[in-house]
Amino acid sequence: MSVSVRIPTILRTYTDGASEVTVEPAEPTLSGVLDALEAAAPGIRARVLDDAGALRRFVNVYVDDDDVRFTDGLATPTKAGTRISIIPAVAGG
Amino acid sequence: MSTIHVPPGSTDPERPGTSPDARPAAGPDFGPAARLTCRECGATYELGAAYACAECFGPLEVGYDFTDVTRERIESGPPNMWRYSCLLPVAPYAGDERNLNPGLTRLVRADNLAAALGMTGTLWVKDDSGNPTHSFKDRVVAVAQSAARRLGLGTIACASTGNLANAVAAAAARAGQDSVVVIPSNLEDGKVLTTAAYGGILLAVDGNYDDVNRLCSELVGDPLTEDWGFVNVNLRPYYAEGSKTVGYEIAEQLGWRLPQQVVAPIASGSLLTKVDKAFREFVSLGLVEDTAYQVYGAQATGCSPVSTAFREGHDVVRPVRPDTIAKSLAIGNPADGPYALDVVRRTGGAIEDVSDAEVVEGIRLLAETEGIFAETAGGVVIATLRKLLATGALDPAAETVVLNTGDGLKTLDAIAEHVGPTATIAHDVDEVTRVLAEHHARLTLEANATALA
Repeated sequence: MSVSVRIPTILRTYTDGASEVTVEPAEPTLSGVLDALEAAAPGIRARVLDDAGALRRFVNVYVDDDDVRFTDGLATPTKAGTRISIIPAVAGG
Repeated sequence: MSTIHVPPGSTDPERPGTSPDARPAAGPDFGPAARLTCRECGATYELGAAYACAECFGPLEVGYDFTDVTRERIESGPPNMWRYSCLLPVAPYAGDERNLNPGLTRLVRADNLAAALGMTGTLWVKDDSGNPTHSFKDRVVAVAQSAARRLGLGTIACASTGNLANAVAAAAARAGQDSVVVIPSNLEDGKVLTTAAYGGILLAVDGNYDDVNRLCSELVGDPLTEDWGFVNVNLRPYYAEGSKTVGYEIAEQLGWRLPQQVVAPIASGSLLTKVDKAFREFVSLGLVEDTAYQVYGAQATGCSPVSTAFREGHDVVRPVRPDTIAKSLAIGNPADGPYALDVVRRTGGAIEDVSDAEVVEGIRLLAETEGIFAETAGGVVIATLRKLLATGALDPAAETVVLNTGDGLKTLDAIAEHVGPTATIAHDVDEVTRVLAEHHARLTLEANATALA
């Protein structure tokens, strides 16, 4: 089951500049995807999650069209072909 | 200390968007701005087109080393926001470059509105509908446009709920720059058409503002946008500082002093926090006396994540899906919401939210009492002022400033069903006589009913 993850500019130092990384998570959830991403790009998970293992306050993560704060957070299910996007939260106007 | 790559500066006088009298410099000149600092973890970065902390994703904010800031220097400046250049992340000559020259909008003493609301303290309306594209967004865009020039970004872009769309498209047109404006497709016609009139690329996205914001955030870092400055994404630290000028102007227009209470709308939460920052800077620089003030926030109930967090005592703002006529405030995931909560709690203010019906009543009340036609965000502020008075959270005897951030002509849809001609008549004097008699009779009945109530 491969899942693609869009990497924001500030995390591309962990992915050799790649803007998108495809991973094969062992568990079909966002948490599983982040584990697989950590294996591919060591250090990246600690940038996305805080010390308590929760999503950092200013990170928005989307699983396909859904902001995971509206779904099941890190337990949000993923499937083959799911597209995940990690982006810094920015205010609008 | 972390550092980031700083794109090469560009102050080429021949570049489109840069006036011939712009002075070339060796590197990016951001005036008193010295660094970018993460608001969450305190990491510092060189000035550049960055907006999020590489350590914790926290938002970056401009830090300054102010020098020679005096009342006299400000008062001798131009009659627009560039009089505060020495307090903004801009080169001293930013105001000489082609831009919309926004700011120094009127501060209107609103005695009729105060009386209607039962307020005994002086009430003022800071009326930012007087800016070139009729909202406060011209201020933030002017600073972001200047930063784009310094950083060599030829195209200015934005994700917008409408007012920013107007401001970016117009500022780009004025400067001869390219622009790309991205909006939700369900915006009010007034905002869509006015943006389109200025030219540039206008992309209407099938989705809400948060979808648009996500799209623009994903576009940053894409090779397609290498030359783009998204004013409210990768130029956000500079852009946001433009809102400080609202606070500076209030203090200067009051005769170099702070008001006792301020009511500001909350969309992202940035404007409210920057007005507070402006007041604190003026105090720390000795430009005004350090007097106590309360900051109040206003939201529409259909998009009230910050108001909800305030009411429930939370520090974290839980995102919502917006559903309100106040589209310029319809940001369901307000990134500066936690900071707005901090300011309101620190100053002893409050945050309230009001229904769409109350928003319309707020628009009408301000128009009928002061001759100021506000857009829906202004209606939210006036309705919230009334609610705060009713709950006792706001002192009716204290001097209060309320912010009107945009012009009602932009949101005619919101009031179209509520106002219209008194009567449609034939061109006949008797008809006028009849209608006026009926009108006065109705007013008398309403006055009697009010007196009885």
